[in-house]
Amino acid sequence: MKKEIYLDNSATTAVYPEVVELMSKIMLEDYGNPSSKHNKGVEAEHYITQAKETLASILKCDKKEILFTSGGTESDNMAFIGTALANKRRGNHIITTMIEHPAILETTVFLEKNGFEITYLPVDSTGCVKLDSLREALRPETILVSIMYANNEVSVVEPVAEAAAIVKEYNPEIIFHTDAVQAFGKYRIIPKRENIDLMSVSSHKLHGPKGVGFLYIKDKTKINPIIFGGGQQKGMRSGTENVPGIAGMALAAKMCYENFDEKIEKLYELKEYFVGKVLEIPGTTFNGKRGHEGTPHVISISFENVRSEVLLHSLEDKGIYVSSGSACSSNKPALSGTLKAIGVKNNLLDSTIRFSLCTQNTKEELDATIEALNELVPMLRRYTRH
Amino acid sequence: MYKAFLIKYGEIGTKGKNRYIFEDMLVHQIRHALKKVEGTFDVTKENGRIYVEGTSEFDDEDAINALKKVFGILWICPMLQVKDEGFDKLAEDVVDYLKTMYKGKKMTFKVMARRARKNYPLDSMGINMAMGEKILDAMPEMTVDVHNPDIYVNIEIRSRINIYTELIPGPGGMPVGTNGKAMLLLSGGIDSPVAGYMVAKRGVKIDAVYFHAPPYTSERAKEKVIDLARIVTQYSGPINLHVVNFTDIQLYIYEKCPHDELTIIMRRYMMKIAEHFAKESDCLGLVTGESIGQVASQTMHSLLVTNAVCELPVIRPLIGFDKQEIIDISEKIGTYETSILPYEDCCTIFVAKHPVTKPNKKVIEKSELKLAEKIDELVKTAIDTTQTIWVE
Repeated sequence: MKKEIYLDNSATTAVYPEVVELMSKIMLEDYGNPSSKHNKGVEAEHYITQAKETLASILKCDKKEILFTSGGTESDNMAFIGTALANKRRGNHIITTMIEHPAILETTVFLEKNGFEITYLPVDSTGCVKLDSLREALRPETILVSIMYANNEVSVVEPVAEAAAIVKEYNPEIIFHTDAVQAFGKYRIIPKRENIDLMSVSSHKLHGPKGVGFLYIKDKTKINPIIFGGGQQKGMRSGTENVPGIAGMALAAKMCYENFDEKIEKLYELKEYFVGKVLEIPGTTFNGKRGHEGTPHVISISFENVRSEVLLHSLEDKGIYVSSGSACSSNKPALSGTLKAIGVKNNLLDSTIRFSLCTQNTKEELDATIEALNELVPMLRRYTRH
Repeated sequence: MYKAFLIKYGEIGTKGKNRYIFEDMLVHQIRHALKKVEGTFDVTKENGRIYVEGTSEFDDEDAINALKKVFGILWICPMLQVKDEGFDKLAEDVVDYLKTMYKGKKMTFKVMARRARKNYPLDSMGINMAMGEKILDAMPEMTVDVHNPDIYVNIEIRSRINIYTELIPGPGGMPVGTNGKAMLLLSGGIDSPVAGYMVAKRGVKIDAVYFHAPPYTSERAKEKVIDLARIVTQYSGPINLHVVNFTDIQLYIYEKCPHDELTIIMRRYMMKIAEHFAKESDCLGLVTGESIGQVASQTMHSLLVTNAVCELPVIRPLIGFDKQEIIDISEKIGTYETSILPYEDCCTIFVAKHPVTKPNKKVIEKSELKLAEKIDELVKTAIDTTQTIWVE
C-alpha cells in the first residue's frame, strides 16, 4: 500500500490512539448509563463529570457551562433555534455572516420561514467580516449575533472579540455566539474574556471521535432546549449521554492543548513553507490570510484551468487526500459559499483545493505533495473542457 | 397466513415443444429469487403450473416482492393449503379464509373448483354448488355472480387442497436465460439500467461493461454503477460487470482528433471494446440505452456511425422512448434515485460545447486515422487491465 498523506484535517482527523483506548475501555467495561442509580451508573457519570472539568479548565469556565451535544451541527442548531425561541418576545432579528457553515446557514433559512429576520454580514476579500457592517446591522430587536471563529474553507480568523465587544456595547442583552468548530484546538479561547455567550465545538476536528461535541453556554444565557426526553443534562439536552464519545473528546482536547504553542508554531511553519512552494507553480492564487493573520491549518489555493475534483482524484491516486474548495458536479453546481463571498473569480470557484493540516503532518509529506502538484497541474492543464 | 403460492405464467404456454425449457428456467429463476428471502421453499412444476411452498416460516410480503421481480410470472396467487379431511372441514376452511380476507365487505363471488384428483367424492360442478351454499350461509353479505364476480374462490383438489382468491400481477416477460446473453453498456445514467431491465424482461441474460476515467471520474461514480448493476440483478440475475479504464484512450483522442468529434469517436471505441467482451463471453448482441435524438451522439446520423464499428447486433430497447417514459420505468424498477446521484461519467468530461450532431462516417474514419500510431496498443491495454466484478 502507498503511504498515505492526509491533508484533509478540516474535514475530520484521525483519532488519537490514547482516545481510542479510553473509549474502548468505557464501551467494554464501564458501559453503564450515567442516569442509573447503581454503581455502573455512578462510574459512567464520573467520566462525564471529569470530561466537563477538563473542558472547563481549558475554557476557564464553570463546568455547568458545558452542554454535550452530538457535534458541531447540533450545537449550532441549538445556539440559533434555542436562543430564537427563548428570546422571541424581545425581538426577531438575528445577525450572522455570509461565510458560516451550512449548519448555521440552513438553520437561518428555517428561522426565516418561522418569522425571524436574518442579516448576513459581508466579508472582505480575505474572508474577514466587516465590523462596520456589524455596527450598521444592529437594531433594537436584535437578539443574537453569530460570527464564526475561524473559517472552514479559507485561512481566516474572525475578529470575534472586537465584534462581541461592539455587540455588548450596543446592548448587553444580545447573545453572542461563535462557531469554533475549526478554531477550538488551534486557539486558546477564553469565552468570558472575549464576551462570547455561546460557542460550538466538535470533537472529530481535534482527533476525537465523531458524533460528539459541545456547546459552551455562559451561565444565565437565555436559551431553550431543542431536544426533549428523559431530562438528561438538566433538561437542556435529553438523551442518554454519549459517555465514550464525551470522555474521548475531553481527552483529545486535553492532548491538543499540551505543548500547545510549540505545536501551533510548527503548523504555521508548515503552512508558510507549503504555500510558498505551491505558489511557485504558475497560475495559482492563495485564498484567505497568510501567516499568523490566518488560521494555522487551512490552506486554500486556486489552480487556474484545473478542475478541482480532477486534481483531487489525481492526488488521491498518489495517496494524498485533500478536499475540493467546493463540492461541485457537472449536473448540479453547488459552489462554495465562502469562496464566492470573498470574491474568488467564477472560473476559479471550481478550481480550488483545500489542504488542511494537523500537527501530525510532516515536512516530508508536504514535499511529496508539492512534487505531486508540480507534476499533475501542468499535465491536467493540457486537457481541459472547452 | 399463506403457506404457498401458485405461479401462473403467460407467454411460455405458447412455446410448443420447447415449453419445458422455459418452465424449467422459470423454476430455476424462482428458486434463485427466493434465495434472498429468509426461509426455505420448495419450487415444483406440476401439470403446467408452478407451486412455491414454504418449508419453514417466511414473510409473505418479502416472498411476494421477490416473486414480483421474476420475469415470466404473470400472476402470483397466494394460497392456503389444507389436507383433505372431508368436504365439511374443507368448507369450514374456505369460509374461515374468506372471512379473514373479506369479512363485512359486500362482494359477489363464484366458486371455481378443479378436481385434479379424480377420486374426490364430489365432482367440480358438485363442489361449486355445495361450497357456494356453505359460503352464502356463513356470510350473508356475499352474493353469487357467475358471470362477473368480484372474486373467484378457487379450490383445487390435489393430493392436498389449495384455496385461493387473490391474483397479484407478476412482471410478465420471459424467464431470464431462455434467450441467450447480451452485453449491456452501462453508464451511471438513467437510461442504460432501464435498457438492461428491458432486455432481461425478454429472457436475455446480461453482462455489462462500464467505462471509467480516473481521475476525471471518481471512485464514487464507479460505486454508483456497481449499485445500479446490483439493482438490475434483482430482475436479471447476476451480472458480470467489466470495468474498463478508458482515460488514456480518451486523452489520446482528445489530443489527436477534432474536439467536436470527440464524443462520437469515443463512443465508437466503447462499442469496439464492449464487443470484445461480448464475444469473449458468448453474448449475442450489445445493449445500449440510446433513444433517437436524445443527445448529439444519439441522432440517427450518430447511431449509424457508432453502429458501423460493430459486428454484433446493437439492441436499443429504449429507441422510441421519451425521457419521461424512461424515467417512469427507472422509478418503477428502483434505479432512478441512484442514477441521479451527481457524479460525472466519462461521457461528459471533455464534451464539446457543440459536438457534431450529423457526423459523416467517412469524415470520422478519416479523423480516426490520426489515432493509428497508438490506439491499438491503448485499446489492448484497456482490455488487459479491465477489472471484472461479479455483481449479484
